[in-house]
Amino acid sequence: MAEASYPDDLKYHEEHDWARIDGDQATFGITWYAQDALGEVVFFDPPQVGASVTKDGSYAEVESVKAVSDVFAPLSGKIVEVNEGLADSPEKINEDPYGQGWMVKVTLSDPSEVDALLDVGPYKELLS
Amino acid sequence: MPPPAADTLRRTPLFERHRQAGARLVPFAGWEMPVSYEGIRQEHTAVRTGAGMFDVSHMGEIETSGPQAEDFLQRLLSNDVSKMAELGAQYSLLCREDGGVLDDLFTYRLAAERFLTVTNASNHDKDLAWFAEQAEGFDVEVKDAHADWAMLAVQGPEARAALERVAEGELPRRMRTVELPLAGVTTLACGTGYTGEDGCELMIAPGGAAAVWDALLEQGVRPAGLGARDTLRLEVCFHLYGNDLSEDRNPIEAGLGWACKLDTDFIGAEALRATEPKQTLVPFAFTGLGIPRQDNPVKAPHGDGVVTSGSMSPCLDIGIGMAYVPVDDAEPGTDIEVDVRGKPRAAQVRKKPLYEKEISG
Repeated sequence: MAEASYPDDLKYHEEHDWARIDGDQATFGITWYAQDALGEVVFFDPPQVGASVTKDGSYAEVESVKAVSDVFAPLSGKIVEVNEGLADSPEKINEDPYGQGWMVKVTLSDPSEVDALLDVGPYKELLS
Repeated sequence: MPPPAADTLRRTPLFERHRQAGARLVPFAGWEMPVSYEGIRQEHTAVRTGAGMFDVSHMGEIETSGPQAEDFLQRLLSNDVSKMAELGAQYSLLCREDGGVLDDLFTYRLAAERFLTVTNASNHDKDLAWFAEQAEGFDVEVKDAHADWAMLAVQGPEARAALERVAEGELPRRMRTVELPLAGVTTLACGTGYTGEDGCELMIAPGGAAAVWDALLEQGVRPAGLGARDTLRLEVCFHLYGNDLSEDRNPIEAGLGWACKLDTDFIGAEALRATEPKQTLVPFAFTGLGIPRQDNPVKAPHGDGVVTSGSMSPCLDIGIGMAYVPVDDAEPGTDIEVDVRGKPRAAQVRKKPLYEKEISG
Protein backbone atom coordinates (compact mmCIF):
# COMPACT_ATOMS: atom_id res chain seq x y z
CA MET A 1 0.00 0.00 0.00
CA ALA A 2 1.25 3.45 -0.90
CA GLU A 3 2.88 5.76 1.66
CA ALA A 4 0.69 8.37 3.33
CA SER A 5 0.34 11.38 1.05
CA TYR A 6 -1.90 14.41 0.66
CA PRO A 7 -1.30 16.40 -2.54
CA ASP A 8 -1.19 20.21 -2.29
CA ASP A 9 -3.39 20.85 -5.30
CA LEU A 10 -6.53 19.14 -3.94
CA LYS A 11 -9.43 20.32 -1.81
CA TYR A 12 -10.44 18.11 1.10
CA HIS A 13 -13.71 17.22 2.82
CA GLU A 14 -13.83 16.25 6.53
CA GLU A 15 -15.24 12.84 5.63
CA HIS A 16 -11.89 12.06 3.99
CA ASP A 17 -12.83 12.74 0.39
CA TRP A 18 -10.92 14.88 -2.06
CA ALA A 19 -11.84 17.05 -5.07
CA ARG A 20 -9.58 18.11 -7.91
CA ILE A 21 -11.16 21.30 -9.28
CA ASP A 22 -10.86 22.22 -12.95
CA GLY A 23 -13.14 25.19 -13.70
CA ASP A 24 -16.72 24.04 -13.26
CA GLN A 25 -15.66 20.38 -13.30
CA ALA A 26 -14.21 18.33 -10.51
CA THR A 27 -12.86 14.82 -9.96
CA PHE A 28 -13.68 13.07 -6.65
CA GLY A 29 -12.00 10.30 -4.71
CA ILE A 30 -11.14 9.21 -1.17
CA THR A 31 -8.01 10.21 0.68
CA TRP A 32 -5.05 8.11 1.71
CA TYR A 33 -6.38 8.14 5.27
CA ALA A 34 -9.77 6.81 4.17
CA GLN A 35 -8.39 3.93 2.11
CA ASP A 36 -5.94 3.03 4.88
CA ALA A 37 -8.71 2.96 7.47
CA LEU A 38 -10.84 0.81 5.19
CA GLY A 39 -8.15 -1.71 4.32
CA GLU A 40 -7.97 -3.52 1.02
CA VAL A 41 -10.84 -2.41 -1.20
CA VAL A 42 -12.54 -5.36 -2.87
CA PHE A 43 -15.64 -3.75 -4.34
CA PHE A 44 -16.62 -0.31 -5.61
CA ASP A 45 -20.24 0.17 -6.54
CA PRO A 46 -20.25 3.19 -8.88
CA PRO A 47 -23.18 5.57 -9.28
CA GLN A 48 -24.86 6.16 -12.67
CA VAL A 49 -23.56 8.76 -15.09
CA GLY A 50 -26.13 11.58 -15.06
CA ALA A 51 -26.98 11.14 -11.38
CA SER A 52 -26.95 14.21 -9.18
CA VAL A 53 -24.73 14.37 -6.15
CA THR A 54 -25.19 16.70 -3.20
CA LYS A 55 -22.37 18.12 -1.11
CA ASP A 56 -21.98 16.04 2.09
CA GLY A 57 -24.27 13.34 0.69
CA SER A 58 -23.26 9.74 0.00
CA TYR A 59 -22.93 8.98 -3.72
CA ALA A 60 -21.29 5.54 -3.73
CA GLU A 61 -20.14 2.67 -1.54
CA VAL A 62 -16.74 1.19 -1.21
CA GLU A 63 -16.20 -2.17 0.48
CA SER A 64 -13.27 -3.94 2.04
CA VAL A 65 -13.40 -7.60 3.02
CA LYS A 66 -14.85 -6.67 6.40
CA ALA A 67 -16.56 -3.32 6.03
CA VAL A 68 -18.80 -1.13 3.91
CA SER A 69 -18.14 2.58 3.76
CA ASP A 70 -20.10 5.41 2.21
CA VAL A 71 -18.31 7.77 -0.11
CA PHE A 72 -19.37 11.39 0.39
CA ALA A 73 -19.54 14.08 -2.26
CA PRO A 74 -17.32 17.01 -1.35
CA LEU A 75 -19.35 19.22 -3.74
CA SER A 76 -22.73 19.24 -5.52
CA GLY A 77 -23.23 18.56 -9.21
CA LYS A 78 -24.03 16.02 -11.90
CA ILE A 79 -21.90 12.96 -12.61
CA VAL A 80 -20.46 13.04 -16.14
CA GLU A 81 -18.06 10.10 -15.89
CA VAL A 82 -17.36 7.19 -13.53
CA ASN A 83 -14.10 5.30 -13.25
CA GLU A 84 -15.04 2.04 -15.01
CA GLY A 85 -11.59 0.63 -14.31
CA LEU A 86 -12.45 0.21 -10.64
CA ALA A 87 -14.93 -2.57 -11.42
CA ASP A 88 -12.08 -4.94 -12.25
CA SER A 89 -9.36 -3.28 -10.19
CA PRO A 90 -10.86 -1.78 -7.02
CA GLU A 91 -7.42 -2.12 -5.42
CA LYS A 92 -6.39 0.99 -7.38
CA ILE A 93 -8.24 2.93 -4.67
CA ASN A 94 -5.58 1.67 -2.24
CA GLU A 95 -2.61 1.77 -4.53
CA ASP A 96 -3.18 5.14 -6.16
CA PRO A 97 -6.01 6.99 -4.36
CA TYR A 98 -5.40 10.33 -6.12
CA GLY A 99 -4.62 8.89 -9.56
CA GLN A 100 -6.05 5.67 -10.98
CA GLY A 101 -8.24 5.36 -7.89
CA TRP A 102 -10.40 8.38 -8.78
CA MET A 103 -14.11 7.65 -8.59
CA VAL A 104 -16.26 10.14 -10.50
CA LYS A 105 -16.08 13.34 -12.55
CA VAL A 106 -18.75 15.90 -11.85
CA THR A 107 -20.02 19.11 -13.42
CA LEU A 108 -20.41 21.40 -10.44
CA SER A 109 -23.77 23.05 -9.82
CA ASP A 110 -22.41 25.58 -7.35
CA PRO A 111 -18.66 26.19 -7.67
CA SER A 112 -18.79 28.57 -4.68
CA GLU A 113 -19.16 25.49 -2.45
CA VAL A 114 -15.43 24.96 -2.98
CA ASP A 115 -14.81 27.70 -0.39
CA ALA A 116 -16.14 25.40 2.34
CA LEU A 117 -13.55 22.68 1.61
CA LEU A 118 -10.21 22.36 3.36
CA ASP A 119 -6.78 23.00 1.95
CA VAL A 120 -4.17 20.37 2.55
CA GLY A 121 -2.77 22.07 5.70
CA PRO A 122 -6.02 22.16 7.68
CA TYR A 123 -6.93 18.66 6.45
CA LYS A 124 -3.66 17.24 7.77
CA GLU A 125 -4.32 19.05 11.05
CA LEU A 126 -7.70 17.35 11.22
CA LEU A 127 -5.95 13.98 10.92
CA SER A 128 -3.35 14.66 13.59
CA MET B 1 -21.79 5.36 20.88
CA PRO B 2 -18.02 5.83 21.00
CA PRO B 3 -15.94 2.70 21.46
CA PRO B 4 -14.71 2.15 25.03
CA ALA B 5 -11.37 3.78 25.77
CA ALA B 6 -8.41 1.56 25.02
CA ASP B 7 -7.37 1.39 28.68
CA THR B 8 -10.61 -0.36 29.62
CA LEU B 9 -9.97 -3.14 27.08
CA ARG B 10 -8.18 -6.30 28.12
CA ARG B 11 -4.96 -7.29 26.41
CA THR B 12 -3.59 -10.74 25.73
CA PRO B 13 -0.03 -11.77 26.69
CA LEU B 14 0.87 -11.33 23.00
CA PHE B 15 -0.26 -7.70 22.77
CA GLU B 16 3.27 -6.32 22.37
CA ARG B 17 4.00 -8.92 19.70
CA HIS B 18 0.98 -7.70 17.74
CA ARG B 19 2.18 -4.13 17.97
CA GLN B 20 5.64 -5.17 16.79
CA ALA B 21 4.09 -7.02 13.86
CA GLY B 22 2.21 -3.87 12.78
CA ALA B 23 -1.25 -5.08 13.72
CA ARG B 24 -4.38 -3.03 13.34
CA LEU B 25 -5.88 -3.43 16.82
CA VAL B 26 -9.61 -3.17 17.41
CA PRO B 27 -11.98 -3.65 20.34
CA PHE B 28 -13.51 -7.14 20.21
CA ALA B 29 -15.71 -8.57 22.99
CA GLY B 30 -13.96 -6.38 25.55
CA TRP B 31 -10.47 -7.19 24.29
CA GLU B 32 -8.03 -5.22 22.19
CA MET B 33 -7.36 -7.69 19.39
CA PRO B 34 -5.48 -7.74 16.07
CA VAL B 35 -7.95 -7.65 13.17
CA SER B 36 -5.17 -7.73 10.58
CA TYR B 37 -1.45 -7.19 10.06
CA GLU B 38 -0.46 -6.95 6.39
CA GLY B 39 -4.01 -7.32 5.06
CA ILE B 40 -6.89 -9.76 5.43
CA ARG B 41 -6.43 -11.20 1.95
CA GLN B 42 -2.69 -11.80 2.39
CA GLU B 43 -3.21 -13.43 5.78
CA HIS B 44 -6.08 -15.52 4.44
CA THR B 45 -3.89 -16.74 1.57
CA ALA B 46 -0.99 -17.45 3.92
CA VAL B 47 -3.21 -19.82 5.91
CA ARG B 48 -4.58 -21.53 2.79
CA THR B 49 -1.16 -22.03 1.20
CA GLY B 50 1.39 -21.95 4.04
CA ALA B 51 0.98 -21.39 7.76
CA GLY B 52 -0.54 -18.65 9.87
CA MET B 53 -1.04 -18.11 13.59
CA PHE B 54 -3.94 -16.44 15.37
CA ASP B 55 -3.85 -15.17 18.91
CA VAL B 56 -7.21 -16.30 20.26
CA SER B 57 -6.38 -15.77 23.92
CA HIS B 58 -9.57 -13.75 24.28
CA MET B 59 -11.45 -17.04 24.14
CA GLY B 60 -12.35 -18.32 27.59
CA GLU B 61 -11.82 -21.64 29.30
CA ILE B 62 -13.89 -23.45 31.89
CA GLU B 63 -12.35 -26.38 33.71
CA THR B 64 -14.73 -29.02 35.01
CA SER B 65 -13.40 -31.73 37.29
CA GLY B 66 -14.58 -34.26 39.83
CA PRO B 67 -16.15 -37.69 40.07
CA GLN B 68 -19.31 -36.57 38.25
CA ALA B 69 -17.64 -34.32 35.68
CA GLU B 70 -18.68 -36.56 32.78
CA ASP B 71 -22.29 -36.88 33.99
CA PHE B 72 -22.48 -33.14 34.50
CA LEU B 73 -21.15 -32.26 31.05
CA GLN B 74 -23.38 -34.90 29.49
CA ARG B 75 -26.31 -32.97 30.93
CA LEU B 76 -25.00 -29.57 29.72
CA LEU B 77 -23.43 -30.31 26.35
CA SER B 78 -25.35 -31.48 23.29
CA ASN B 79 -22.85 -34.09 22.13
CA ASP B 80 -22.25 -37.52 23.69
CA VAL B 81 -19.55 -36.69 26.22
CA SER B 82 -19.19 -40.36 27.20
CA LYS B 83 -17.82 -41.02 23.71
CA MET B 84 -14.93 -38.65 24.28
CA ALA B 85 -11.81 -40.62 25.14
CA GLU B 86 -9.11 -39.30 27.42
CA LEU B 87 -7.07 -36.69 25.51
CA GLY B 88 -9.88 -36.48 22.97
CA ALA B 89 -11.77 -33.42 21.75
CA GLN B 90 -15.42 -32.81 20.95
CA TYR B 91 -17.60 -30.05 19.50
CA SER B 92 -20.96 -29.37 21.10
CA LEU B 93 -23.63 -26.79 21.75
CA LEU B 94 -24.67 -25.38 25.08
CA CYS B 95 -28.45 -25.04 25.00
CA ARG B 96 -31.19 -23.58 27.13
CA GLU B 97 -34.21 -25.66 28.07
CA ASP B 98 -36.03 -24.33 25.00
CA GLY B 99 -33.17 -25.37 22.71
CA GLY B 100 -31.85 -21.83 22.13
CA VAL B 101 -28.08 -21.86 21.74
CA LEU B 102 -26.09 -20.25 24.57
CA ASP B 103 -22.74 -21.01 22.98
CA ASP B 104 -20.87 -23.42 20.76
CA LEU B 105 -17.89 -25.04 22.38
CA PHE B 106 -14.90 -27.31 22.01
CA THR B 107 -14.26 -29.53 25.00
CA TYR B 108 -11.03 -31.41 25.63
CA ARG B 109 -10.90 -34.39 27.97
CA LEU B 110 -7.63 -33.94 29.81
CA ALA B 111 -8.21 -36.89 32.16
CA ALA B 112 -11.05 -39.26 33.03
CA GLU B 113 -12.50 -36.71 35.47
CA ARG B 114 -11.07 -33.47 34.10
CA PHE B 115 -12.34 -31.46 31.12
CA LEU B 116 -11.40 -28.14 29.58
CA THR B 117 -14.10 -26.29 27.63
CA VAL B 118 -13.27 -23.36 25.37
CA THR B 119 -15.88 -20.59 25.26
CA ASN B 120 -16.47 -17.66 22.96
CA ALA B 121 -15.09 -14.48 24.52
CA SER B 122 -18.41 -12.66 24.41
CA ASN B 123 -20.19 -15.61 26.08
CA HIS B 124 -17.64 -16.61 28.68
CA ASP B 125 -19.24 -14.97 31.72
CA LYS B 126 -22.71 -16.13 30.69
CA ASP B 127 -21.45 -19.70 30.14
CA LEU B 128 -19.62 -19.73 33.42
CA ALA B 129 -22.74 -18.61 35.29
CA TRP B 130 -24.78 -21.31 33.50
CA PHE B 131 -22.22 -24.00 34.38
CA ALA B 132 -22.17 -22.89 38.02
CA GLU B 133 -25.96 -22.78 38.23
CA GLN B 134 -26.40 -26.23 36.70
CA ALA B 135 -23.60 -27.77 38.80
CA GLU B 136 -25.82 -27.88 41.85
CA GLY B 137 -26.39 -31.50 42.87
CA PHE B 138 -23.38 -32.79 40.92
CA ASP B 139 -20.11 -33.73 42.57
CA VAL B 140 -18.04 -31.44 40.34
CA GLU B 141 -15.86 -28.39 40.56
CA VAL B 142 -16.40 -25.72 37.91
CA LYS B 143 -13.51 -23.30 37.60
CA ASP B 144 -12.99 -20.19 35.50
CA ALA B 145 -9.67 -21.02 33.83
CA HIS B 146 -9.55 -18.04 31.47
CA ALA B 147 -6.59 -16.45 33.24
CA ASP B 148 -4.63 -19.74 33.15
CA TRP B 149 -4.34 -19.94 29.38
CA ALA B 150 -3.18 -18.06 26.34
CA MET B 151 -4.40 -19.66 23.13
CA LEU B 152 -2.70 -19.70 19.76
CA ALA B 153 -4.22 -21.30 16.65
CA VAL B 154 -1.57 -22.41 14.15
CA GLN B 155 -3.21 -23.31 10.87
CA GLY B 156 -2.38 -24.10 7.27
CA PRO B 157 -0.92 -26.89 5.12
CA GLU B 158 2.56 -26.11 6.49
CA ALA B 159 1.47 -25.55 10.10
CA ARG B 160 2.27 -29.04 11.32
CA ALA B 161 5.73 -29.03 9.77
CA ALA B 162 6.51 -25.68 11.39
CA LEU B 163 5.22 -26.92 14.76
CA GLU B 164 7.21 -30.15 14.48
CA ARG B 165 10.42 -28.16 14.07
CA VAL B 166 9.93 -26.51 17.49
CA ALA B 167 8.17 -29.39 19.29
CA GLU B 168 9.74 -32.05 21.47
CA GLY B 169 7.53 -35.04 20.82
CA GLU B 170 4.74 -35.99 18.50
CA LEU B 171 1.92 -33.58 17.69
CA PRO B 172 -1.67 -34.69 18.26
CA ARG B 173 -3.74 -36.19 15.46
CA ARG B 174 -6.97 -34.48 14.50
CA MET B 175 -9.43 -34.21 17.42
CA ARG B 176 -6.79 -35.33 19.90
CA THR B 177 -4.68 -33.46 22.44
CA VAL B 178 -1.10 -33.91 23.65
CA GLU B 179 0.91 -32.10 26.27
CA LEU B 180 4.40 -31.40 25.01
CA PRO B 181 7.14 -28.77 25.11
CA LEU B 182 7.09 -26.27 22.25
CA ALA B 183 10.08 -23.96 22.09
CA GLY B 184 10.79 -25.14 25.64
CA VAL B 185 7.33 -24.12 26.87
CA THR B 186 4.87 -26.73 28.19
CA THR B 187 1.92 -26.62 25.84
CA LEU B 188 -1.37 -28.42 25.49
CA ALA B 189 -1.55 -29.00 21.74
CA CYS B 190 -4.96 -29.79 20.29
CA GLY B 191 -5.60 -31.12 16.78
CA THR B 192 -8.44 -28.69 16.14
CA GLY B 193 -9.01 -25.47 14.24
CA TYR B 194 -11.45 -23.05 12.66
CA THR B 195 -10.07 -22.57 9.15
CA GLY B 196 -10.64 -25.83 7.28
CA GLU B 197 -6.88 -26.32 7.17
CA ASP B 198 -4.66 -28.74 9.06
CA GLY B 199 -2.96 -27.48 12.19
CA CYS B 200 -3.17 -27.23 15.96
CA GLU B 201 -4.63 -25.01 18.61
CA LEU B 202 -2.16 -24.44 21.42
CA MET B 203 -3.09 -23.80 25.03
CA ILE B 204 -0.15 -22.15 26.75
CA ALA B 205 0.45 -20.66 30.20
CA PRO B 206 0.28 -16.87 29.61
CA GLY B 207 3.94 -16.34 30.53
CA GLY B 208 5.12 -18.74 27.83
CA ALA B 209 3.02 -17.49 24.93
CA ALA B 210 5.52 -14.96 23.59
CA ALA B 211 8.31 -17.56 23.39
CA VAL B 212 6.10 -19.88 21.34
CA TRP B 213 5.01 -16.99 19.11
CA ASP B 214 8.63 -15.95 18.49
CA ALA B 215 9.73 -19.51 17.69
CA LEU B 216 6.88 -19.98 15.20
CA LEU B 217 7.54 -16.59 13.61
CA GLU B 218 11.13 -17.74 13.08
CA GLN B 219 9.79 -20.84 11.34
CA GLY B 220 7.95 -18.69 8.83
CA VAL B 221 4.48 -18.86 10.39
CA ARG B 222 2.72 -15.59 9.53
CA PRO B 223 0.67 -13.62 12.05
CA ALA B 224 -3.00 -13.64 11.02
CA GLY B 225 -5.79 -11.55 12.52
CA LEU B 226 -9.43 -11.98 13.40
CA GLY B 227 -10.41 -10.63 9.96
CA ALA B 228 -8.82 -13.56 8.15
CA ARG B 229 -10.07 -15.95 10.83
CA ASP B 230 -13.60 -14.89 9.91
CA THR B 231 -13.19 -15.18 6.13
CA LEU B 232 -11.42 -18.55 6.48
CA ARG B 233 -14.15 -20.04 8.66
CA LEU B 234 -16.90 -18.68 6.42
CA GLU B 235 -15.41 -20.26 3.29
CA VAL B 236 -15.66 -23.66 4.98
CA CYS B 237 -19.04 -22.86 6.61
CA PHE B 238 -18.07 -23.04 10.27
CA HIS B 239 -20.59 -21.28 12.50
CA LEU B 240 -19.82 -18.07 14.33
CA TYR B 241 -21.75 -17.45 17.53
CA GLY B 242 -23.51 -14.08 17.43
CA ASN B 243 -23.87 -14.39 13.65
CA ASP B 244 -25.05 -17.86 12.68
CA LEU B 245 -25.92 -19.04 16.18
CA SER B 246 -27.87 -17.26 18.88
CA GLU B 247 -30.30 -17.87 21.73
CA ASP B 248 -33.11 -17.35 19.20
CA ARG B 249 -31.98 -20.22 16.99
CA ASN B 250 -31.69 -23.89 17.82
CA PRO B 251 -28.95 -26.25 16.67
CA ILE B 252 -31.23 -28.20 14.32
CA GLU B 253 -32.08 -25.06 12.35
CA ALA B 254 -28.38 -24.23 12.32
CA GLY B 255 -27.53 -27.55 10.69
CA LEU B 256 -25.78 -28.82 13.81
CA GLY B 257 -28.01 -31.83 14.43
CA TRP B 258 -24.90 -34.02 14.06
CA ALA B 259 -23.55 -32.51 17.30
CA CYS B 260 -26.83 -33.10 19.18
CA LYS B 261 -27.22 -36.57 20.64
CA LEU B 262 -30.82 -36.29 21.81
CA ASP B 263 -30.76 -39.63 23.66
CA THR B 264 -28.20 -38.23 26.12
CA ASP B 265 -31.01 -36.01 27.49
CA PHE B 266 -28.93 -32.85 27.60
CA ILE B 267 -30.65 -29.62 28.58
CA GLY B 268 -32.65 -28.61 25.51
CA ALA B 269 -32.96 -32.12 24.02
CA GLU B 270 -36.62 -32.40 24.90
CA ALA B 271 -37.46 -29.12 23.19
CA LEU B 272 -35.44 -30.10 20.12
CA ARG B 273 -37.27 -33.41 19.85
CA ALA B 274 -40.58 -31.52 19.82
CA THR B 275 -39.68 -28.84 17.25
CA GLU B 276 -39.95 -28.96 13.51
CA PRO B 277 -37.66 -26.23 12.13
CA LYS B 278 -39.21 -23.86 9.60
CA GLN B 279 -35.91 -22.41 8.52
CA THR B 280 -32.46 -23.82 8.04
CA LEU B 281 -29.01 -22.33 7.70
CA VAL B 282 -27.53 -22.66 4.21
CA PRO B 283 -24.33 -21.52 2.55
CA PHE B 284 -24.75 -19.37 -0.55
CA ALA B 285 -22.68 -17.57 -3.15
CA PHE B 286 -23.45 -14.52 -5.23
CA THR B 287 -23.69 -15.21 -8.94
CA GLY B 288 -23.00 -11.59 -9.86
CA LEU B 289 -21.76 -8.40 -8.26
CA GLY B 290 -21.86 -7.43 -4.61
CA ILE B 291 -20.94 -8.57 -1.14
CA PRO B 292 -23.55 -9.90 1.30
CA ARG B 293 -23.45 -8.68 4.89
CA GLN B 294 -24.98 -9.80 8.17
CA ASP B 295 -28.71 -8.96 8.49
CA ASN B 296 -29.28 -8.48 4.74
CA PRO B 297 -32.84 -9.67 3.97
CA VAL B 298 -33.21 -12.73 1.71
CA LYS B 299 -36.00 -13.59 -0.72
CA ALA B 300 -36.26 -17.32 -1.34
CA PRO B 301 -38.87 -19.23 -3.39
CA HIS B 302 -40.87 -20.27 -0.30
CA GLY B 303 -40.51 -17.14 1.81
CA ASP B 304 -38.15 -14.71 3.43
CA GLY B 305 -34.83 -15.33 5.11
CA VAL B 306 -31.87 -13.45 6.51
CA VAL B 307 -28.10 -13.38 6.02
CA THR B 308 -26.21 -14.20 9.22
CA SER B 309 -22.65 -14.04 7.83
CA GLY B 310 -21.40 -12.45 4.64
CA SER B 311 -18.11 -11.43 3.10
CA MET B 312 -16.03 -11.33 0.00
CA SER B 313 -14.36 -14.73 -0.32
CA PRO B 314 -10.63 -14.16 -0.78
CA CYS B 315 -10.18 -17.61 -2.38
CA LEU B 316 -13.25 -17.60 -4.64
CA ASP B 317 -13.30 -13.84 -5.31
CA ILE B 318 -17.07 -13.64 -5.02
CA GLY B 319 -19.54 -12.63 -2.34
CA ILE B 320 -20.37 -15.57 -0.06
CA GLY B 321 -22.35 -16.08 3.11
CA MET B 322 -24.69 -18.11 5.22
CA ALA B 323 -28.40 -17.41 5.60
CA TYR B 324 -31.47 -18.82 7.26
CA VAL B 325 -34.00 -19.70 4.55
CA PRO B 326 -37.24 -21.75 4.53
CA VAL B 327 -36.43 -25.47 4.82
CA ASP B 328 -37.92 -26.07 1.37
CA ASP B 329 -35.30 -23.76 -0.15
CA ALA B 330 -32.24 -25.46 1.32
CA GLU B 331 -31.43 -27.54 -1.76
CA PRO B 332 -28.07 -26.56 -3.34
CA GLY B 333 -28.74 -24.78 -6.62
CA THR B 334 -31.82 -22.93 -5.36
CA ASP B 335 -31.82 -19.35 -6.61
CA ILE B 336 -32.30 -16.70 -3.93
CA GLU B 337 -32.08 -12.92 -3.86
CA VAL B 338 -30.21 -10.92 -1.23
CA ASP B 339 -31.16 -7.31 -0.55
CA VAL B 340 -27.85 -5.52 -0.02
CA ARG B 341 -28.76 -2.09 1.31
CA GLY B 342 -31.61 -1.73 -1.17
CA LYS B 343 -29.93 -3.43 -4.13
CA PRO B 344 -31.19 -6.89 -5.11
CA ARG B 345 -28.27 -9.26 -5.68
CA ALA B 346 -28.56 -12.69 -7.27
CA ALA B 347 -27.34 -15.64 -5.24
CA GLN B 348 -27.56 -19.39 -5.18
CA VAL B 349 -27.70 -21.88 -2.32
CA ARG B 350 -24.55 -24.00 -2.35
CA LYS B 351 -23.39 -27.12 -0.61
CA LYS B 352 -20.88 -27.11 2.23
CA PRO B 353 -18.09 -26.17 2.18
CA LEU B 354 -18.11 -23.15 -0.12
CA TYR B 355 -14.40 -23.51 -0.58
CA GLU B 356 -12.75 -26.86 -1.06
CA LYS B 357 -9.09 -27.45 -1.66
CA GLU B 358 -8.42 -28.70 -5.15
CA ILE B 359 -7.44 -32.33 -4.96
CA SER B 360 -4.30 -32.76 -6.99
CA GLY B 361 -3.24 -35.87 -8.90
